[in-house]
Amino acid sequence: MPENDTTPAIQFQGVIKQFGHNTVLDGLDFSVAQGDRVTLIGPSGSGKTTILRLLMTLEEADGGLVFVDGEPYTHEMRGGKRVPIPEKRRSLVRRRVGMVFQQFNLFPNMTVLENIIEAPIHVLGKPKAEAIADAEALLDQVGLAEKRDERPTRLSGGQQQRVAIARALAMEPDILLLDEVTSALDPELVADVLGVLRNIAETTDITMLIVTHEMQFAREVSNRVLMFDGGKIIEEADPETIFTSPTHERTQEFLRAIL
Amino acid sequence: MNEAAWSWAHAAAVLPELLVGLRITILATVVGMVIASVLGLVVAVVRRSSLRVVTMPIGFLVEFIRSTPLLVQLVFANLLFTQFPSLAIGCVVLGIHYATYMSEVYRAGIDAVPKGQWEAAIALDLPRSRTWGAVVLPQAIRNTLPGLGNYAISMFKETPYLFAIAVVEMYTAAQQYGAGTFRYIEAITMAGLLFLLLSYPTSLLVRRLENRLA
Repeated sequence: MPENDTTPAIQFQGVIKQFGHNTVLDGLDFSVAQGDRVTLIGPSGSGKTTILRLLMTLEEADGGLVFVDGEPYTHEMRGGKRVPIPEKRRSLVRRRVGMVFQQFNLFPNMTVLENIIEAPIHVLGKPKAEAIADAEALLDQVGLAEKRDERPTRLSGGQQQRVAIARALAMEPDILLLDEVTSALDPELVADVLGVLRNIAETTDITMLIVTHEMQFAREVSNRVLMFDGGKIIEEADPETIFTSPTHERTQEFLRAIL
Repeated sequence: MNEAAWSWAHAAAVLPELLVGLRITILATVVGMVIASVLGLVVAVVRRSSLRVVTMPIGFLVEFIRSTPLLVQLVFANLLFTQFPSLAIGCVVLGIHYATYMSEVYRAGIDAVPKGQWEAAIALDLPRSRTWGAVVLPQAIRNTLPGLGNYAISMFKETPYLFAIAVVEMYTAAQQYGAGTFRYIEAITMAGLLFLLLSYPTSLLVRRLENRLA
């Protein structure tokens, strides 16, 4: 749990990430306050998704430090050296971070309900009855209560994504990472998913880090927008400012191309 | 006067003995496949480890078993472990031999599980045991069912090698009948027909399973 409200939920300090010879993040510094809703925008390859993947430990940073609620996450400084943190400690921090993927990544061998209760039971140690009751409430919240015993493959993309959101929320995360969650959906299914997310943004104080091409959604939900280019933040502002009067030339070009 | 080239009387007479042998053939195939399926899975999972001290010796052993004939392995094991009954040795050697092939089937099945499944498991902080046991293997094993069926048929057809270590399965039973009556042609033909009668419908079943899973 956060020590107090001024401890950032997420903090990157000089984070470096390279893929082969390609430097995706080059000494990135930024932080996200508790309860912030931050949207990352920028051309593909600018490192936005890498930031989410680092926070989910799906990638390992090559340099720098990442803090969650003020705690070092994957690496820490000890005796002036950057050393990896053992899996057991990482796991405790990781539990506070949830992620929703572009491709949903639901487990096809489980029912909708089983997808949602798997981690609460086997990670948090929740009693099964309680996990089921919580999962049913979440399914209700995302409008899929009647799909509880279906296999995910029998659902539409939009429904699968709403199940994936419920699955992430079932872990009661402090931080929710949304990685292009509407990009794989047919246009007519996007609205339902965004509606669910808007509802979460309005009714909870979960910190959200969003990578999206839905600028309208970014505008409605986020209170801060960061424009990435070449692994660096080149501009940041509230959504109103960045979408109506961006100052950086690259931001203007990007928004012209995308809107 | 020549005896008739084909005697229906002998073909009928050998049948009861072949059916006794067939029970051993099926027993060896079932036990062998159980060993191959379990051991093959263990080998496939262990070979994914990043510890070279673990993967190197197992990799060597797998290559060694695959590069030597089953017949040689059977005879060798039978000479080495004289204290065990030949049938038990036969089942275990068949099982270990086929485990090296089954491990490849499992490996392909595990590789076919999308990367996103592993990532979702990490995102939910699932422990490794749950990631393997509840997410990856149930999906991987589904992909391996046709391969398992094909190797079962293949093993079934290789049980005549047990002849070499004096296990009286169906082929050995046919040989014995031939030796006693000099009617090899009937005995071997009937044994061949029984093999066909069992393996062909099974292969059709496996193909249907393949189509259903595809």
